Amino acid sequence: MLDDLAIRVRQNIGLLTAILLFCILYLLYNLTHPKGFSSAVLVQNGNEIFALAMLAMAQTVPVLASGLDLSVGAVMTMVGCFASYLLAGAVGGTPLHLDIFGLQLGLGTFPGGTSGILLGLAACAVIGLIAGFVNGCIVVYGRIQPIIATLATGAVYIGIALFLRPTPGGKIDEDLNWALTNSLGDFAATVHIFNDGSATWFSPIAWIPVPFVLLVLIALLVWVPFRRSVLGRAVYAVGSAEGAAYMSGLPIARAKIAAFTLAGFFAGCGGLFLAIQTSSGNADIPQAGAYTLNSIASVVIGGTSLLGGTGSAIGSIFGAMILRVISFFFRIFDIAPLLQPLFEGLILLIAVSIGALGVLRVKNTLELFR
Amino acid sequence: MQDTVPTQSAFLTLAGISKRYAGVRALDGIEFACERGKIHAVLGENGAGKSTLIKIIAGVVQPDAGTMCLAGNQVSFATPSAANAAGVVCIFQELSLMPDLSVADNISIASPPRRFGLIDARAQRRRAEELLAEIGCEDVNPLMRVRDLPLSRRQVVEIAKALGKRPQLLILDEATSALTSADVEKVYAMLARLKAEGVAILYISHRMHEVEALADRASVFRNGRHIETFDKGARSTADIVQLMIGRDIAAQYPARPARKPMTPVLALENLSWEKHLDRISLSVGTGEIVGLGGLDGQGQKSLLLALFGVLRGVTGRIMIDAREARLGSPAAAKSAGVALVPEDRKTEGLMLPMSITDNLTIASLGAISTGPFVDRAKESTAVERSIARLQVKIGAPGDAVSTLSGGNQQKVVLAKWLMTEPRIILLNDPTRGIDVGTKQELYRLMRELADQGAAILFYSTDYDELIGCCDRVAIMYDGRIVRELEGDELTETNIIASSLNVHTETPATAGTAHA
Repeated sequence: MLDDLAIRVRQNIGLLTAILLFCILYLLYNLTHPKGFSSAVLVQNGNEIFALAMLAMAQTVPVLASGLDLSVGAVMTMVGCFASYLLAGAVGGTPLHLDIFGLQLGLGTFPGGTSGILLGLAACAVIGLIAGFVNGCIVVYGRIQPIIATLATGAVYIGIALFLRPTPGGKIDEDLNWALTNSLGDFAATVHIFNDGSATWFSPIAWIPVPFVLLVLIALLVWVPFRRSVLGRAVYAVGSAEGAAYMSGLPIARAKIAAFTLAGFFAGCGGLFLAIQTSSGNADIPQAGAYTLNSIASVVIGGTSLLGGTGSAIGSIFGAMILRVISFFFRIFDIAPLLQPLFEGLILLIAVSIGALGVLRVKNTLELFR
Repeated sequence: MQDTVPTQSAFLTLAGISKRYAGVRALDGIEFACERGKIHAVLGENGAGKSTLIKIIAGVVQPDAGTMCLAGNQVSFATPSAANAAGVVCIFQELSLMPDLSVADNISIASPPRRFGLIDARAQRRRAEELLAEIGCEDVNPLMRVRDLPLSRRQVVEIAKALGKRPQLLILDEATSALTSADVEKVYAMLARLKAEGVAILYISHRMHEVEALADRASVFRNGRHIETFDKGARSTADIVQLMIGRDIAAQYPARPARKPMTPVLALENLSWEKHLDRISLSVGTGEIVGLGGLDGQGQKSLLLALFGVLRGVTGRIMIDAREARLGSPAAAKSAGVALVPEDRKTEGLMLPMSITDNLTIASLGAISTGPFVDRAKESTAVERSIARLQVKIGAPGDAVSTLSGGNQQKVVLAKWLMTEPRIILLNDPTRGIDVGTKQELYRLMRELADQGAAILFYSTDYDELIGCCDRVAIMYDGRIVRELEGDELTETNIIASSLNVHTETPATAGTAHA
């Protein structure tokens, strides 16, 4: 029905605008890039986009329940530091030990090899999940505003990261690094599937960068089912009108905890990838802060209301990609690195203002406050 | 149908239910019963304990004492969902919808149809369509966001949502207050059907004619006590009003002074806005109460908003004291001497968590300030004066305004504007959901203000109120004023006829009215 389509378009106008804007910007980028439209450029961009896209998704879920999560960058950093211990992949395993005030505590050996790496990946994801769960519990049972609660836990998570990695270091399995940060063809060759990637049916898709595939998989396997679950619906309901959600008998506490837990999981995935990409763990405090701020910016550009209730993580992914593509242009136009934050800020301001242009069309000013 | 009040066939029985809020007695030893297949009206002024009673039955609050039995079994509901699970469903006065979710999402919010553990969007949509069709409101598209629906349609969705829970006991708390008259008919038909199916229905309304039309039995509450339960027809309306307020009301409406020539304070010339206002010309003189009538949603609300500077792109002229006024914002309207008591007191009229004092003085801070600072002494004098003037029943002026009953909250809204000493007062259905006693106080106050020289424009959905209060009534239809009624013309028949834009006495005066 045409009627229904019109309603859907109107309700998703933020998302559609973000997608369109990204397509235009990325097309322009490839046109101006000397090696545009090549797999190499795509792979490089995919690697640069992935972590921020994950953080943008992470930020979306609490925002939908009308609560900001200021700890996403910290969770990312902390999980990255854990990864630099758990994903070394040494054949004999990696000995783990704690060094508390000069006291040496042996924690056994973390297994190596393929099974060890898989275990390490799972462990890192679970660490992110736990960090988010803790956030959720503090917000719900401590009855503390999300912004304050996550400001505090964020500091704790950064503290743990610093404890793990006082200086950048550690090691990530080289095959893992290679497999996840290149094209599908390289992935297949590294893990020895599909005839090492030379199967005939495989070659037409061998150029696709792995991070893009991971992004799509996570969105399809985690976000889409969540959005269509009762718990996901409850997250939107809480952000829209918490009182009404309560009166409708929805599980409000569980919805909020789920929102923060899922945020922790997404942020953990971001941290995991960043560690794999850089082959090290680094408790970089400014980087954690920058990622948190950019995640909020991505959410806004992606058409999610900071008041909660409307938007989606898919929009935020496009928001993150738009932010990144803008910074790609700096490389092309050779803008001095010191000027980049200024330009980034201005462009962000313009982008957000365009989103608010609808205000001018409102004829009943009372509607601005609803 | 004069049967005695039965005890064994009762579906819901309350025995000795009491509830106190912060020392204030809200309910005191309530004995109450209602049956399947009967519509049972619950009557009482605001603060009589009706809301508390409903909240206890629906599991929103817990009683301090007493027992509740459902179909013979003792029950106690810890949450609204526990009550729902037992078949007790309540349509609350404050809508329980989530504005950013779609109609279909809202209707199935508590237990959506699922496939493979995930919400089945298609089944959910069908369910919404079926339920809306059951009430006769197929025109609501289930894909629409509730935020984009007008208040009357939201209420329809609220009813569909309650219906979807297949209630055994349905409680309607002022559920028709925002409905258009056409929808009210549909809801009546739905209630009759539910009644025939054996659902027990508790019906709370301040509209006496609704209660007369619907209820099989009525219970009157006063000051937290159950006063009397009687069958339909056993008591006259006058008796019921008497029971509710416990004192005699001689004249419901204050006497109207004789009409005398007056100077117009507010004059509108060809006011138009979007599709909602069409060349409105109207004048209101000092000391005059002019009513805005007609069916709901014919532009009356937009007209009041236009006069308060809320709407953009209004064409035509607004004259105040024969000079053209430019009302670009509510702030500009305020300084031009205009005041508006808005449609929704909870969001547009009050800042609920702020104190009564803050709410009262918020529009007139300039008058009680010295330099940039609010003068506490002036503030408390001003607050005391206006609380006394409107007889607002409060605990302390520092209490949050949300602690007041609906009628008293509305008094605070009005008192806030009276502090600005307005010359033009716009009232948007100020008596919606307010008890009889407070209504009468408001009527008296309106007349008093008019006598002191204010010009009042009064929109009401209650014809009776328009006839009783107004010197003149302008009937709107499709954004136009189709007729102005005055003196002997001001009858219910004329109002209804004009509202439907059919002419009974004076033919061929369609188009803009004589200004």
